[in-house]
Amino acid sequence: MMEVSGLRKAYGDHTVLDGIDLTVPTGTVYALLGPNGAGKTTTVNICSTLLTADDGEVRVAGHDVRRESDAVRRTIGLTGQFSAIDELLTGRENLRLMADLAHLDRATAKASVDALLARLDLVDAADRRAQTYSGGMKRRLDLAMTLIARPRLIFLDEPTTGLDPRSRRELWSIVREQVADGVTVLLTTQYLEEADALADRVAVLDGGRLVAEGTPAELKRQVPGGHVQVEFTDGRSERLASDGSVASLRKILDGLDDSEVAGVTVETADLDDVFLALTGHPTTDATTEEKEVLA
Amino acid sequence: MSTTYAVRDSVTMLRRNLLHWVRYPSLAIMLVAQPILFLLLFVYVFGGTMGAGLPGAPTGADRTDYLEYITPGILIMAVASVALGTAISVAMDMTGGIIARFRTMDIAKVSVLTGHVLGAVLKSLVAVVVTLGFAVLLGYRSDASVGEWLAAFGLIVLLTFALTWLTVGMGLAADSVETASNTPMFLVLLPFISSGFVPTDEMPWGLRHFAENQPFTPMIDSLRALTSGHSPGNDLWLAIGWAVLIAALGYLWSRRLFTKVPAR
Ligand SMILES: Nc1ncnc2c1ncn2[C@@H]1O[C@H](COP(=O)(O)OP(=O)(O)O)[C@@H](O)[C@H]1O
Ligand SMILES: [Mg+2]
Repeated sequence: MMEVSGLRKAYGDHTVLDGIDLTVPTGTVYALLGPNGAGKTTTVNICSTLLTADDGEVRVAGHDVRRESDAVRRTIGLTGQFSAIDELLTGRENLRLMADLAHLDRATAKASVDALLARLDLVDAADRRAQTYSGGMKRRLDLAMTLIARPRLIFLDEPTTGLDPRSRRELWSIVREQVADGVTVLLTTQYLEEADALADRVAVLDGGRLVAEGTPAELKRQVPGGHVQVEFTDGRSERLASDGSVASLRKILDGLDDSEVAGVTVETADLDDVFLALTGHPTTDATTEEKEVLA
Repeated sequence: MSTTYAVRDSVTMLRRNLLHWVRYPSLAIMLVAQPILFLLLFVYVFGGTMGAGLPGAPTGADRTDYLEYITPGILIMAVASVALGTAISVAMDMTGGIIARFRTMDIAKVSVLTGHVLGAVLKSLVAVVVTLGFAVLLGYRSDASVGEWLAAFGLIVLLTFALTWLTVGMGLAADSVETASNTPMFLVLLPFISSGFVPTDEMPWGLRHFAENQPFTPMIDSLRALTSGHSPGNDLWLAIGWAVLIAALGYLWSRRLFTKVPAR
């Protein structure tokens, strides 16, 4: 569905993308995993015709994004990192606007708007201004606006950043439905868990370079299975590698003196662990997710 | 992109533009109120003295004569005022993410801008009609025929196109909404240094030279001739020439800015 080769982009002498190659097969989910500033949005913007690269080539469904941008635009849909809804219009009006711009006929437009409002749980808010929506509702409306033209390739730039766990799971299930319909998805994320849950393949981006590429299983094999964080009564803390198995936990606990330990936290592999393992340096923007608290 | 889509997309964008004005009417109200305030100010504060001072004014000329004299200039100020609003709404649009979405869609690119322009033409007509209504309430009367009024409105629409394409460009070029509300201010002020409020021969040499050669003067003179039932003569061609030139330059400038503005 999409081939990217040798993509380069610089702003002045600040190199943002330093030779990116990706192949996204039709009907799959491809995740670009990386911390803030890695170049995820820049990559998505080039692939979705918003920006031009300094060098390299992107082909979407066989069309070159630069020379055949209209053909590419007929194929793609983008839900960007920042909200792209019209806040003065209602949810229904926003969708209708997109349906008209997608040149749907009246009956199809109305049916699609109603169906998407229902699917994205926006029926009650449909006739309220988007200004009044919560963050999660704005994200859902944004996604609905992308879906109404029935694009074959969808770009989702950090679709769940800032969402609560329930909204996140809801969004994941919508993405899965799209893929079941044969749609191809390129998403960016800062969460290893999200790439693992959704993606068929993952590329890890760091400072404008791909540092790893493969299936989530392949990727996780390269990463130690998380760590145990130990807080001592004297205020010290220590991070001990652990794959999360009972055996490894027992071994760690056996080595600790009850009277000296204030608390123990078991953490699954997060972006920081992936980065530490793959690049030898931590991310500047680590997010950790507490799995279980033992004390 | 076929022309039918260009028309359809422009109409879609026009609908969006008009909805914005319905949802956020305070800006529109302010812009329409501005020329009306100037009308009241000039007629009631200066009107008595100015009316008597108009060239060729019969003895006993008063406020009503002055009202008749300035109404064309005030109508053009109404158009300029709406054009200023367009710069603001274009700049507001550009700060929102929805423009990026439009850019990834297979739509007629210029429709994003033509939506604003067509919306401005409708709003200008409303502003002109409301302002004219006020003038009539104050005692303005016209001897012109229906045909002359139609020609006057035709000229107003042409002028709206010209000023609006210019202010669309200003809105695109502005780095903030505030800049966008300042740069087009001169359009509202220029009619003061034209034949709109006092005849240019009463001005000092330098100012007179400017006033006689700036585009608003032939526009206001033509409008004044048409609405009082006289032939505008050469002024009309000058006015049309200026309007076409400004519209073409504004359009080309705006289109260039719009196609090269990068994504955030
Ligand atoms: N318009 C721009 N001008 C200069 N630098 C930019 C611009 N856009 C992005 N960058 C820089 O490019 C790098 C990558 O940005 P981005 O692609 O947004 O990363 P991500 O989406 O992964 O957080 C960052 O260091 C950012 O500061
Ligand atoms: Mg980003």
